[in-house]
Amino acid sequence: MRTPLFIAAALGAAACAAALAGCGSSASSSAAQPTGTASAASAASAFPVTVTAANGAVTVKSAPTRIVSLSSTATEDLYGVGAGKQVVAVDQYSDYPAGAPKTSLSGLTPSIEAIAKYNPSLVVASQDSGGLVAGLGKLGIPVLIEPGAATLAAAYAQISQLGQATGHLARATSLVASMKQQIAADVQRAGTVHRGLTYYWELSANPFYSATSKTFIGQVVGLFGLTNIADKADKAADGGYPQLSQEYVVTAKPQLILLADNQASDGGQSPAVVSARPGWSVIPAVRDHRVVGLNDDVASRWGPRLPQLVAEIAQAVEQASK
Amino acid sequence: MSRPAAIGAAAALLAAAALAAAFVGAADLNPFATAAALLDKIPFIRLPSSLDPVDRAVLFQIRLPRVVLGMLVGGLLALAGAGYQGVFRNPLVDSGTLGASAGAGLGATLAIVYLGGVGPGTVPVAAFAGSVAGVAVAYATGAAASRQGALGDGAATLLLAGIAVGSFLTAVQTFVLQRSASDIGAVYSWLLGSLSAASWQQVTTILPYAAVSTVVILLHGRHLDVLAVGDEEARALGLRPGLVRLLVVAACALAAASAVAVSGLIGFVGIIVPHVARRLAGPSYTSVLPLSLLSGAAFLVLADTLARTVLSPAELPIGVVTAFAGAPAFIWVLRSTSHVST
Repeated sequence: MRTPLFIAAALGAAACAAALAGCGSSASSSAAQPTGTASAASAASAFPVTVTAANGAVTVKSAPTRIVSLSSTATEDLYGVGAGKQVVAVDQYSDYPAGAPKTSLSGLTPSIEAIAKYNPSLVVASQDSGGLVAGLGKLGIPVLIEPGAATLAAAYAQISQLGQATGHLARATSLVASMKQQIAADVQRAGTVHRGLTYYWELSANPFYSATSKTFIGQVVGLFGLTNIADKADKAADGGYPQLSQEYVVTAKPQLILLADNQASDGGQSPAVVSARPGWSVIPAVRDHRVVGLNDDVASRWGPRLPQLVAEIAQAVEQASK
Repeated sequence: MSRPAAIGAAAALLAAAALAAAFVGAADLNPFATAAALLDKIPFIRLPSSLDPVDRAVLFQIRLPRVVLGMLVGGLLALAGAGYQGVFRNPLVDSGTLGASAGAGLGATLAIVYLGGVGPGTVPVAAFAGSVAGVAVAYATGAAASRQGALGDGAATLLLAGIAVGSFLTAVQTFVLQRSASDIGAVYSWLLGSLSAASWQQVTTILPYAAVSTVVILLHGRHLDVLAVGDEEARALGLRPGLVRLLVVAACALAAASAVAVSGLIGFVGIIVPHVARRLAGPSYTSVLPLSLLSGAAFLVLADTLARTVLSPAELPIGVVTAFAGAPAFIWVLRSTSHVST
């Protein structure tokens, strides 16, 4: 199961607009350049540390030994930066990495009592729903809200921030560097100029939701210089995730179709299913077998497995531009 | 309006609605080329059309099956609603009241949550089964209760049983959904109804059920008129009220279930369309039933055309359109018929 990035991102954007504390780019820059008082010289001596998450400045007094993650992306981030051993519980959708201590905790409808039972020293979530921050605040438990990233830079900044807040800044910095390097290598190999090559990103079928170029995922695909068929349909109220009709998709004639809903748990819209949809056989992408089923979980998160997603897209782009 | 005139008018409205629906959509097809392509399909007419293969696919594989499916679903829902109203002698009944919608909702929810909604057939089959099962349970409990003699009127007992079963099934559905928050979006969009996945395959799948149930219901128009005077009186006239009720309820359940399977829950069609039919041609079910079939089909095609054009290329859930147009229309019908006994 995945937590749909587009819902998370929309909620995150709403939270940004509502809250006085800035998030997104301002949070990313402050996180990328540690706001903490200490340097990364020694993990233990770095605390107390103050970071600026989407819910404002949060002080973590000492290196957290009991972390609860209510966000599948944050779980991957925590394990990626080497804080896995400090994680005592993750939510029901945190299915990666395999060893993470999955529980029935929910990040969408969180229960303060159920979380408090794990006696956490730090809680990470992607949204402040159900009075999470305020409720845990009464118990003196620091909470970091790490919402759906709006940009690649924001995704990197969240990794750095989680590294800093858990005492693994150095490892986080090297993780981000290696992600950047892998992504750059794939983009370079596949090329950055594919003008005229159009794509359709499918988030869900019936109703058909897509993502425009200005979304996080649209920016990732945009690294390859493709044209997104959803851009023309974008309205302000859609938040970058417009609903499209089948008529629209077919007449837009995309040359590449990227499916973020192809796994069984996400709707099972595999390339075979998509190709068999009535009327879709005339779409160039279907005709030329350029319908790609992505790893839905990776495609809906903004964590350390991003290079894997970029590699999948790079391969599809390389084949489509042959 | 006389019966033939009303039926003729409804048929003309349906033809006009279907034609209009074929010409509008997110893909701006050239109307002349579209007309030529459509006329070309009529036997003995050959017309070259300038539609390219993509436009032809949009017209014949996406838009037309949707129009035809809309006609079928609208007609079946309205006919089932009219049938139920006749059986229960109650103008506020439709398939939603008798546990059919709640059963279909539970079936679809279970399929989406526990089977991932995989495959094109899973959700429709589950919804169909749930819909029929909902009515069957309601009918069985209601029939058992009325045999106990707790309540004198068989129709009222059935109705109360339907409401109880419906509430129970809805509670189960809400519980299942609450346990799986990530599926709320998929279930919600199913519950609001949509014809956006229409295909010729869906049309041919439900056609046999639609045909059988339609014929059975239409043949019972006279019986429903007799039933309207009361069970005792009907018995005195040589009718077996229990048997008529069973047959018509079974046919209505089948009709509504096949509609729900391919479209999700679309409210209000089953209530307002039969009322409009009554206003047009009087309370006799010999005219209310065929009129409901035709005008229900026309109403849903028009509603779906609105649903897919108002926010194009995005789409409104069709249930929103039918209720948005249906609720005020219903109030108008109530106001203007309050002095007439139904």
